Amino acid sequence: MPEIVLTAARFGFLVLLWIFVFTVVGVIRRDLFAGSRTSRLVAAPRGVAGTAQAAGSARPAKVKKGRAAHTLVVTAGSLAGTKITLGEAQITIGRAEDSTLVITDDYASARHARLVPRDGQWMVEDLGSTNGTYLDRSKVSGPTPVPLGVPIRIGRTSLELRP
Amino acid sequence: MTTPHTAPPAAAAAAAVPDTPMAAKPSLLRLDPAARRVRRTELWLLLLAMAMVAGYLAAVEANMLDTVTMDFWYPAGVLTAVFLALHVVIRLRAPFADPVLVPTVALLNGLGVAFLRRLDLGRAKIDERPELAIFAGDGGKQLLWTLIAVTGAMVLLWFVRDHREVSKFAWTLGLAGIVLVMLPAVLPGSVSEVNGAKLWIRFGSFFAIQPGEFAKLMLLAFFAYYLVRKREVLALASRRFLGIDFPRGRDLGPVIVVWAMSLLVLIFEKDLGTSLLYFGMFVVTLYVATERVSWLLIGLVLFAGGAVLAYVLAGAVGGPFTNFGQRVDIWLDPFADPYVRGWQLTQSLMGLGTGGMFGTGPGAGNPLLVPEVRNDFIFAGMGEEVGLFGLTALLALYLLVVSRGLRAALAVRDSFGKLLAGGLAFTLALQVFVIIGGVSKLIPLTGQTTPFLSAGGSSLVANWLLVALLLRISDAARTPASTGGVRR
Repeated sequence: MPEIVLTAARFGFLVLLWIFVFTVVGVIRRDLFAGSRTSRLVAAPRGVAGTAQAAGSARPAKVKKGRAAHTLVVTAGSLAGTKITLGEAQITIGRAEDSTLVITDDYASARHARLVPRDGQWMVEDLGSTNGTYLDRSKVSGPTPVPLGVPIRIGRTSLELRP
Repeated sequence: MTTPHTAPPAAAAAAAVPDTPMAAKPSLLRLDPAARRVRRTELWLLLLAMAMVAGYLAAVEANMLDTVTMDFWYPAGVLTAVFLALHVVIRLRAPFADPVLVPTVALLNGLGVAFLRRLDLGRAKIDERPELAIFAGDGGKQLLWTLIAVTGAMVLLWFVRDHREVSKFAWTLGLAGIVLVMLPAVLPGSVSEVNGAKLWIRFGSFFAIQPGEFAKLMLLAFFAYYLVRKREVLALASRRFLGIDFPRGRDLGPVIVVWAMSLLVLIFEKDLGTSLLYFGMFVVTLYVATERVSWLLIGLVLFAGGAVLAYVLAGAVGGPFTNFGQRVDIWLDPFADPYVRGWQLTQSLMGLGTGGMFGTGPGAGNPLLVPEVRNDFIFAGMGEEVGLFGLTALLALYLLVVSRGLRAALAVRDSFGKLLAGGLAFTLALQVFVIIGGVSKLIPLTGQTTPFLSAGGSSLVANWLLVALLLRISDAARTPASTGGVRR
C-alpha cells in the first residue's frame, strides 16, 4: 500500500468521524428549533361549533376592549416560561393528559380549572379541585373575570394573562 | 391514557397535525409525515455510520495486510443488516423516537467490533491474517453479541409498548436487582473473580456474565418508581441549615441503605467503579426527583467519606480493603512500580501518548502492548490509533447520546418516565466517566466496561436494552398529542 493511501485513510477517517458528529449536531439543532415552535402551544378552536363561533360573533366583541389578552404565560412552576396563544377556545388546566395545559404538579387535580372567554373577557372557573384555584390571593369559587397580569395560582404553578 | 376519541379537539397541537385515527396496527405506509421525516434522518445517519465502520475496517486491512481483501465487508454488512432490522422495528413500534440515538450508538458499537477485529488480526501470525473468519476471535464474538443485544432491544421495543408498564414490576425488579448485585459477592471466588474483581458469574471457561450490568437497569427502574411515590415527602419535609434545605433524618433511610449496599459492593466485590455507579445513580435520581441540591452534597460527602475510610482501612487492617488501597496507590503514582503493579496504567498512558494528536492511523499502532486492551483499556488502544482528535469525537458521540436521553427526560410528560430517562442517561455518562477517567488517570482505575465499545456480552446487551428504553421514552415524549400520546 502506498504511503499516500494510508495517510489519506488515517485523516479521512478522522474527518468523517467529525462530519458524523456535526451532522448529528445539525439534526439536534433542527429538532431544538422545532421543539421551541411546538412549546408555543396554540389553543385550537373547540370543535366545529367553536370555529363557527370564531367566524361569527366573537370577533367584534374582542375589538371593543382596548387591551385584550392574547397569551397565557406560565410564570412559576415546572412549566415556567410556557406560552399559550389564546384563541376563542376554553383552556383546561390539570394533570389529565387531555388538558390544554398539562401541569405535573402534585397539588393540582386531574381536571383542576378552566379559562373561558366571555365577551372578550377571560373567566377562570374552578372545576372542583382538591386544593383550590386562587386568583392573586383570593380563592376562586365561581366564574371570575381575570384581569391582565394578575396571577392565577394552581398548586405551585402560576399563570398570567398577557396582552 | 388518552385515545384519539376521548381527547377533545382543543388538545394542544391539534390544529397543526390532522387528527388521523391510528389503526390498531400501524404500517410503514401509514406513518405520520413528521414521523416519516424523523425516521428518514435516522436511516441516512445509520448508513453513514455503517459506511464509516466499513471504512475503518478497510483502513485496518490496508495497514496490517498491505492489501484490502474483500473480507472487510462482512462484519460491516452483518452490522448494517442488524441495525436496519432495528430501524424497521422502530418504524413499526416507536415511529416518533429520537432519530439520533440509534445511529450514534451503532457507530460506537461498530467501531468497537472493528477495533476488536483489528486486535485479532494483530494477534494472528502474519501469513494467517487474511484467513480470519468473521465470527472468529474477539471481534467475531463481539459481532455475535451485537446480534444478540440488538435482538434484545428489538424484543423490548416490540413488547413494551409504554414505558409506564415497567413501573408495574418495580418491586420485583428492585429485588432482582439487589440479588444480582449481591450474587457475585457471596459466590466463591473461583466462580466470580476475574482480575481481582468479583463481578462475574462464570459458566464453564468460555461463557461468563456480569450480572451487575443488568442489575443497573433493574435498580434504576425501581429507584424511579420509588422516588415518584416518595418525592413529595423528600422534597418538602426539610429543615433549613446554612441556607440549604436538608431532609429529615427518617427520610434518609433508603439513601443510607443504598449507600451501605454500594459500600458492600466496594468491599466484597472489590470494585470502586460499580459501587460509584450504583450510588451516583441513586443520588442523581433523588436530585432529579426532588430538585434539592442538598442530596448531591450529602451524596458526595457520603461517598468521599466512604472512599477515604476504605483507603485508610486498607492501610490499617488490609483484608478486603487491600485491592482498593492498591488501586489508589497505583493511581497516585503509577511509575513507582511501572513494570508490575503500575504496568496496566503506564502502558495505557504510553499508548495515549504515542497516539498524540492524530494517532498512528487505524491498524498502524501497537495496542496489543496495553494489557486488557480488549475491554478495560479499549479507549487507550483506540486512542493510540485515532489520537486525541478521534477520541474527542468518540467522547462527543457519548455526549450526544446522553444529551438525547436527558432531552427525552425533559420532554416526556409522566414523572416515572422523566426519572427513568434521566437516570438511564446519567448512568451511561457516569460509566463513561468512570472508565475513561480511570484509563487516563483522572481517577483510580476500576474495571468498568466502556459502553458499546469494549468486548463483553453482558455490558453490550444491558446497554442496548438501556438504549431501547430511551427510544421508548423518547417516542412517548415526541408523539404529538393528536395521535393519542401513547398508543395501545
